[in-house]
Amino acid sequence: MEKHIQLPLTAELAETLHAGDTVYLTGTIYTSRDAGHKRMCEALAKGEEIPMDPKDATIYYVGPTPAMPGKVIGSAGPTTSGRMDAYAPTMMSVGARGMIGKGARLPEVVEAMKQYKGVYFGAIGGAGALIAKSIKKAELIAYEDLGAEALRKLYVEEMPLVVIIDCEGNNLYEEGRADYLSKQK
Amino acid sequence: MRDINAQQITDIVEKLCIEANYHLPKDVQGAIKTCRACEDYEIAQGVLDKIVTNFEIADSENVPICQDTGMACVFLEIGQDVHITGANLDDAINEGVRRGYDKGYLRKSVVKDPVRRGNTGDNTPAMIYTEIVSGEQIKITVGPKGFGSENMSAIRMFKPSAGIQGIKDFILETVETAGPNPCPPMVIGVGIGGTFDKAALSAKKALMRDIDSKNPDPYYADLEEEMLEKVNKLGIGPQGFGGKTTAIGLNIETLPTHIAGMPCAININCHVTRHKTEVI
Repeated sequence: MEKHIQLPLTAELAETLHAGDTVYLTGTIYTSRDAGHKRMCEALAKGEEIPMDPKDATIYYVGPTPAMPGKVIGSAGPTTSGRMDAYAPTMMSVGARGMIGKGARLPEVVEAMKQYKGVYFGAIGGAGALIAKSIKKAELIAYEDLGAEALRKLYVEEMPLVVIIDCEGNNLYEEGRADYLSKQK
Repeated sequence: MRDINAQQITDIVEKLCIEANYHLPKDVQGAIKTCRACEDYEIAQGVLDKIVTNFEIADSENVPICQDTGMACVFLEIGQDVHITGANLDDAINEGVRRGYDKGYLRKSVVKDPVRRGNTGDNTPAMIYTEIVSGEQIKITVGPKGFGSENMSAIRMFKPSAGIQGIKDFILETVETAGPNPCPPMVIGVGIGGTFDKAALSAKKALMRDIDSKNPDPYYADLEEEMLEKVNKLGIGPQGFGGKTTAIGLNIETLPTHIAGMPCAININCHVTRHKTEVI
């Protein structure tokens, strides 16, 4: 199914998405990778504020290339999500719901997604030049010292994604492969 | 004896870093398009179409194909009749990387310490591999290597009794474990023989070979073909969403080894398999 989604990603909206859906996302998202997640989770553990509003937020696991003159952002494809597995349940526990990345997730992340109605979207790994076209605004909001890993607020229009794991725990990596293989017999 | 000024090496490394990151080699472009034509699973076709659009955008707009512009792996074949003047060779290469990653708006992805981290801010140091050959030329290849795929690589020290079946099983097991993580469709470099470290280097060199080239030994050329076919029966598909196209190429390099061993290293690369060469 092809769906056009307007953010924020509420629980009701999350429930309408299913593994394998092609979605085009429009709205505000945040970028963060390993180092940014580590800092946010350390801040949360100390009861401190984090530099983004996590409620119904979608986080894109990306470290873009520097923007060329006149451009909003450089190439901006997804990084491997598994490195954020240690932090994702904590982020969901404070309200974050959408995750954009690529690659497998641990069972505890999928369990947290079921509990908090999270959705894991896949962007095409290695398609950074194409994905950058859907990013219309980019603003550095925190952790500037982390360079490519700094926290950014992005406005995206019709960002092309696929639902990999939905809030019921259905997983395209398992289902897509099984479906393909069943058709080869 | 021929003098080559280190400045010339810096200039070429700078240029190759940028070009390798903007322009996917024609052989890799061709392999992706060929696989797209043979792909019969719908979601996989869609992914491959977007991958083609992506490298075409990068090519025509002079922007990085992927945001992971890699660690700069720099391979040099230095003729033994060359005398490098003006600066230290490693310094000259690192200066080229520093300039290329700055001028090309490439991402700085190198940390100065593996455990304590800390971005170096200029993507140096490069990973430098030198080889002394005959002649009076220097052949420089820059292969920016992304780590989503590097992280899925593996090495194993086999007993010789494991034989060819051991190698085959290891290749399939490594690709299976990698699954969707290394941005499939992947390119697989296999190094067999030598020592622990030389096997790994051979696997990396296998990734620098043209994707449509064959091992000159028909035994290994057949193995390359057989294993690519087997990998593409796993069903992982582009991005791991299912499909035929799990890998677009598989190259094997071999070395003589010890009577007691059979090392095998597998270096995984993504569909953005970049390398660019120039000869001075």
